[in-house]
Amino acid sequence: MSEENWIWQVDRVIPNDTGMGRQLLDEVLGQLESQQWSRYDIFCVHLAGDEALVNAIVHGNALDASKRIRFRCRIYPKKVCVEIIDEGPGFDPDSLPDPTTASRLGCPSGRGVMLMRAFMSRVEFHDQGNHVVLEKDRGG
Amino acid sequence: MTGYQRLDVNQVGDVTVIRFRDHKIVEDINIQQLGQEMFRLIEVDGRDKLLLNFSSVDFLSSAALGKLITLDKKMKAHGGALKLSNIRPEIYEVFAITKLNRLFDIKDDEADALAAF
Repeated sequence: MSEENWIWQVDRVIPNDTGMGRQLLDEVLGQLESQQWSRYDIFCVHLAGDEALVNAIVHGNALDASKRIRFRCRIYPKKVCVEIIDEGPGFDPDSLPDPTTASRLGCPSGRGVMLMRAFMSRVEFHDQGNHVVLEKDRGG
Repeated sequence: MTGYQRLDVNQVGDVTVIRFRDHKIVEDINIQQLGQEMFRLIEVDGRDKLLLNFSSVDFLSSAALGKLITLDKKMKAHGGALKLSNIRPEIYEVFAITKLNRLFDIKDDEADALAAF
């Protein structure tokens, strides 16, 4: 798919604040709604985007108010791409324990990355793990 | 019952039925408050049969799931029973992917859940 045929985009650097991140995510969801994406697709982008934002702000930037989040999104006719970049040290997404094992099922946290991967078409971590790219195919 | 900001709490026989006032359970401060209100029902009021009716909920984050897991632990520690109902399909998918549908007793609707206590 050409990188040029996007319909809508946003690229902003924001404070390390979940409220501001969610405002941007809500803009994305509103655009998807106006372009008549299905309720299910919008739910998937909402879920994965929110988990990625919280990971970046709480774990990546460790709630440090001096750090920033870069939020980029492009909506194409048949896919949406969301990128979230934090200023933290990163992490190895493949080293995360499986939250569905019997010993971890009762843990109250540790499901964010699993949900991103389950509800998006593609999830990639770049750099040291502090740059996540979430892609959802329309109807996929 | 008064004093709840995030919940609607009703008694049906010996079962306490909880509905959520938030359509989206996502903001951390709201999730903390939600947890405190639910925990109070068990730890202060001594309710031992709780049904969470999710009919009004169209989105929740993994942080909200974490609060439900803690609620489940508290209920088990008190020897009570917790059931969930009226979960819309995409949210049920979250429970299924994370295998939390095995941890929680989830029923299709409130009538089924009430009959199962």
